[in-house]
Amino acid sequence: MGMPRLRQAYTPHPVVDQSAAHLRAYIEGNDAVSGRPFMQEVLEGLTSPLEDADLQGLSFERTTPRLMEPDSEDSLQRLFEENRWTDMLPIIVPTEARVEAMLEGTSHRPDEIVGRLRPTVFREAWEFTVEKVAVNAVMAGARPQYLPVILALAASGMTARSSSTTSFATISIINGPIRSEIAMNSGIGVMGPYNHANATIGRAYGLLSQNLQGGSVPNESYMGSQGNWYAYTAVIPEAEERSPWQPLHVQHGFKPTESVASIFFGGWYTHAGYGPRATWREKMRHALAAVEQYSPPLFVMDPIVARGFVDLGFDTKEKLIAWCADNALLTAREYWDNQSIQLLRPKAVAGVEPYASRLKAQPDEVIKIYEPSDINIVVAGGETQGAWKMISGALRATVSIDAWR
Amino acid sequence: MSQQTTVHDPRGYPPKVVGKRLAPRLSTLDGKTIYLVDCLFDNTDVFMEQLRQWFVERLPAVNLRTIRPKETWSDDAEMRAAIAADGDGAILGVGL
Repeated sequence: MGMPRLRQAYTPHPVVDQSAAHLRAYIEGNDAVSGRPFMQEVLEGLTSPLEDADLQGLSFERTTPRLMEPDSEDSLQRLFEENRWTDMLPIIVPTEARVEAMLEGTSHRPDEIVGRLRPTVFREAWEFTVEKVAVNAVMAGARPQYLPVILALAASGMTARSSSTTSFATISIINGPIRSEIAMNSGIGVMGPYNHANATIGRAYGLLSQNLQGGSVPNESYMGSQGNWYAYTAVIPEAEERSPWQPLHVQHGFKPTESVASIFFGGWYTHAGYGPRATWREKMRHALAAVEQYSPPLFVMDPIVARGFVDLGFDTKEKLIAWCADNALLTAREYWDNQSIQLLRPKAVAGVEPYASRLKAQPDEVIKIYEPSDINIVVAGGETQGAWKMISGALRATVSIDAWR
Repeated sequence: MSQQTTVHDPRGYPPKVVGKRLAPRLSTLDGKTIYLVDCLFDNTDVFMEQLRQWFVERLPAVNLRTIRPKETWSDDAEMRAAIAADGDGAILGVGL
């Protein structure tokens, strides 16, 4: 920000869900960082005379080196951990030779700028090159042929290491010919473990996010209260060949022959079901009513389930999505009581639909909580069980992988 | 002695920091207009009201105005202009 001496005062976390009396105690208590009375920090911040350094501001360039000082592999493993450049699982140290080999996976120049990432919208965005992405791909254990997928994820502008207190993760869906070219698994165990490409591409996305955005350090630039298992790795291909429906990327305007990554922001909840059985409607309604409503559902359906829904008349994803949107219901009271939905209230007050209509509803009135465009379905699984998962995930980016070959 | 290895630094490139000069401080808060900026996270309105009440009880000579941006997450230029037009200072509540 260029204001290293900006006056700041800190209450404890959280503010959400705390009573007025509790918050008043924060105000009358001590600053959570300095330990001095909170209001003393506030008042001094407003009235204490500035010093010369305050009046100057501070401008400077920063950079990171391309290479590190030579050391033993054991020491480097330890150093990467100490610097919080890993997910605390062992990494492959990114030697010059390994990074050079990784770069064979793309035609793009090592010094080409790929994009910028940041932990949240009000933090500074850091920039990075193809080579920097390759370094993190090596660390994750990825192979050179996966690099176009990893570059596409990096270029999306979506971090897989959000700093949100709500512990967001990303779930990415891969479509198109690249899936078979790099031997991704859309069958038995699609969500893991056991497939090298699925596992390491997802891990690479996490590592590159934390390192290329300038860090993801607990209590500094990562505030997720509970963390998220999806953050270790969550990238799967759609089983297009065994799906009765249009692939996800084609739904979003790409050709079937294009390779595409779709990035969902969520991972808060996972519901599960089987079938569709005789009571599937009740099951789905219960699941849809039990969501954290700020984060819409991404369904991952085994091909058996998808074909079962076709037999019930849902011969397109869109028809089933429309049914889900019609049956994702809550009372207005429950909907607006959600802490994250509160963030939408200003839009509702400003008349932006569909939030405005939801706000006008009486507290006990039942309202639809999603538009069809909020809900997505992908088909994946090994057909050993008619299983489906409903995972929290808002589609935030759909990016070309072919552009990074 | 174990073999020495040269590896790449995995970090991206930070932007240049452009310094900004802090605004002059107030010599007193008495009679001054201080804006309380509610960032619109859940329950921040309750926090900012408690902050306002603290001033009313302890420093009643301060003129307080609570103000909010149009949307959560947004940089509201009109709100900033309103504060600059007739405010002597502002307390920004950030976080949840």
